[in-house]
Amino acid sequence: MVTMNSNEKTAQKACQQGPSKEVAKSGKDDKENEKKDKKDRESMIANMPPSVQALMATVPSPEESPNYLAYKKMEAIIEKMQDENTGVPVRTVKSFMSKIPSVFTGSELVAWLTRHLNLEDAWEALHLSHLLAAHGYLFPIDDHCLTVKNDNTYYRFQTPYFWPSNQWEPENTDYAVYLCKRTMQNKARLELADYEAESLARLQKMFSRKWEFIFMQAEAQSKVDKKRDKLERKVLDSQERAFWDLHRPMPGCVNTTELDPKKLSRINALKERRLQQCRDIITQHNLKNNPIVTITNPQESEEAIQKNSEAVKENGESSHSELATLEGDKPSIEAQIEAAKRQVTVLKARLERRNVRVSKVAEIFISYCEQYAEYDAFLTPPEWPNPWISDTTELWDQEKQCKEPLPLRRVRRWSFNLRELLRDPPGRDHFAKFLNKEFSGENLNFWLAVQELKALPICRVASRARDIWKEFLDSNAPSPVNIDAASRELTRVRVESGKPDRYCFDQAQAHVYHLMKSDSYSRYLRSDMYKDILNGSKKKTSVKGIRSIVSFTGRKETSAN
Amino acid sequence: MAADTAVTSSPEETLASLVREAEALKQKLEEERQKLNDVTLSCVAERLEPITISNLKVRRILKGHQAKVLCCDWSPDKRHIVSSSQDGKLIVWDAFTSSKELTISMPSTWVMACAYAPSGNMLAAGGLDNKVTVFPLGGSGEEEPAARKRTVATHTSYMSCCLFPNTDRQMLTGSGDGTCALWDIESGQLLQSFQGHGADVTSIDLAPSEMGDTFVSGGCDRAVLVWDMRSGHAVQAFDAHQSDVNSVRFHPAGDALASGSDDASCRLFDLRADREVARYGRESVIFGANSVEWSVSGRVLFAGYGDYTACAWDALRGSRLALLPGHEHRVAAVRLAPDGTALATASWDATLRIWA
Repeated sequence: MVTMNSNEKTAQKACQQGPSKEVAKSGKDDKENEKKDKKDRESMIANMPPSVQALMATVPSPEESPNYLAYKKMEAIIEKMQDENTGVPVRTVKSFMSKIPSVFTGSELVAWLTRHLNLEDAWEALHLSHLLAAHGYLFPIDDHCLTVKNDNTYYRFQTPYFWPSNQWEPENTDYAVYLCKRTMQNKARLELADYEAESLARLQKMFSRKWEFIFMQAEAQSKVDKKRDKLERKVLDSQERAFWDLHRPMPGCVNTTELDPKKLSRINALKERRLQQCRDIITQHNLKNNPIVTITNPQESEEAIQKNSEAVKENGESSHSELATLEGDKPSIEAQIEAAKRQVTVLKARLERRNVRVSKVAEIFISYCEQYAEYDAFLTPPEWPNPWISDTTELWDQEKQCKEPLPLRRVRRWSFNLRELLRDPPGRDHFAKFLNKEFSGENLNFWLAVQELKALPICRVASRARDIWKEFLDSNAPSPVNIDAASRELTRVRVESGKPDRYCFDQAQAHVYHLMKSDSYSRYLRSDMYKDILNGSKKKTSVKGIRSIVSFTGRKETSAN
Repeated sequence: MAADTAVTSSPEETLASLVREAEALKQKLEEERQKLNDVTLSCVAERLEPITISNLKVRRILKGHQAKVLCCDWSPDKRHIVSSSQDGKLIVWDAFTSSKELTISMPSTWVMACAYAPSGNMLAAGGLDNKVTVFPLGGSGEEEPAARKRTVATHTSYMSCCLFPNTDRQMLTGSGDGTCALWDIESGQLLQSFQGHGADVTSIDLAPSEMGDTFVSGGCDRAVLVWDMRSGHAVQAFDAHQSDVNSVRFHPAGDALASGSDDASCRLFDLRADREVARYGRESVIFGANSVEWSVSGRVLFAGYGDYTACAWDALRGSRLALLPGHEHRVAAVRLAPDGTALATASWDATLRIWA
């Protein structure tokens, strides 16, 4: 049997749970054991001083593991699969000269998933079976590659003891013992694969000094195994093999136990911090109550700390000092009140916020989609062939040219809103021309200048801000922008404050934008200038093109009315 | 001792009453929100024609990374892609010809984030080194971009995401230290720090507005926060997810956002309704959504999952439009080309794929 992290208790559990005819049954046993374990742990924690209890509760539990939710969902499926009546039929198959216990076929598995999860796509059911195998919940009985084929290949369930949700982090020594053990059992089905033999050689080199010890462990385990019933051994051997196929996958297979680096950093940082806190409290505690006991080994494990804290408890009750130290870590009552006050203000602000009904929001989503469907390459083919499908760059070349006549779709987009117009460089230029004709070009220039200001390196912001003030807002500015007196005064104060920041024109800019949007922009859309460029724009005579022209003329009529 | 209790009891009472008040407000807020929740988005969208995007296929496979690809970003020229990988390499691809144009070795492994500048003349990348490094591209001299690199930002934990906020001169980052930050690239100066997440920030996205001074962040505290870049304050929060939020992305209209989470669902949060308005998931989707992306019209929501697939959802009707199988390991990032003609997926199987 595999013994992980030298945790004897779990190893014992594995042995106890080992001899069972049906895997499903062993699942139940294991669950009970788990429950008992949990109870033990809880009662142990209950005996600890309150401060350590509080911290223990925050030590990352399996629930915080990034894969936890996915594991639980897969385990729920597996449990349904193992139902005696409605699950996947598990049976013992008689083959030439021997029996194959507790197996089911790939096609049975795929069919079951298709039926029970209402999957319309056969590929999806197969993929899901593959995922269940890849995460070690079931495995092919004679293949190191944890995958599923939709045929008559035999598969077996993994015992819950080996499920990845138990947060196995098996060490190389364990792997060495396992491989070593395999070499002792001269059976064809246990022969090492090439990559395993290589690993064994590598490990033997690595652990050369400890090898005798590893060999002895392997021998002992092998002896225990030999006492077992033949069929049962077959099952157990295969489950152990599948466990290692999961944690030390065959080259070319995906290692599903790898964690997202972001999540891994997070969990490690959390563990580190919490264990440090535990250590601090206990050290402090010991210094106060029992200076003889020294437990400052930095390599101390969580369990050791638990034991120590229990010892501390026995050594004398003194919850006061612990509470005091705990309060040192926890925010003071004043801070808590502050936080609560802040929360109340936030909640009040949220209550005062005027929100829109979902029905209204839904209509806006739909009309946005309808307006932009034409520009969404996944819904409507682009005017020129999609470069990725057709292998031509015509679409991009057309866009780059920016020569009149511009494509109709592009010019029409300018009429959606001011943002669309200003985002497209030819659109912005055209709008500028229009404004200049109206003698209000400074509005756009001011707006663009402020946009540019916000994008400048910080060292140039102050001087540029003063330039913008002089050019557009000063009393004798060469191109004055009309804004209300209050905004002007507010802006003046911010510009002349000595260190104007990137946002000092915010209010003025918003005012000017609103002016352009409500006034100039709507006049621009009605102007001959826009109509001319729209009518002059290129029409692609495709079906889509015709449709867009039709809808456009329809719109024009309504606007004429 | 007794005196002590007498002194402390009054602030404790204050605290208790404040907590009670907060609870009452929360309940009231829930009621108010329920009143506005008159109908579901998918109900309203029933009247729409169902759409199909069955023709969606892999058009390019970019092979060249030696390890997991963790992030990618499109160049504004619509054909180049930068990708970053676990082995500390940054690769610039001409995706159209499926060829590598440039490989940059980063000083540390696990390059979790990379970004293209709006001008297309600069790259940014970082990760487990807690830093953002920028690399100028092209331009003057024969010097390699790696030789001209500069460190811009430093966090106290890993840097999980970065973007250029509409300018080559600034950099917005999110980090494992729970903060987001805005930096001046030239001086490396911290312009604004954004504190509010209770745990690691995993993803950020800039609002597509004219002003460009709102952004959103998602984190391991399951929260999605909307920030005002000018004040540095969070202005809105959504906390409906049941596990880490891995990805956030503004709807192209800018009034809503989509998020992907380890709880295997993607959700649509609306800023105007201040609530979740749609949820995308199904029983057979078990693994977390690592990355989400919108199509141009906001009709299709793409999501990359831990189960090696990417998925296209009808964002309005809530149904699944297509499954994008092909990758052999987790899909870490999905990104739409700037002109919306293609979708790039980056995966732990060391490849990137272009779908159209």
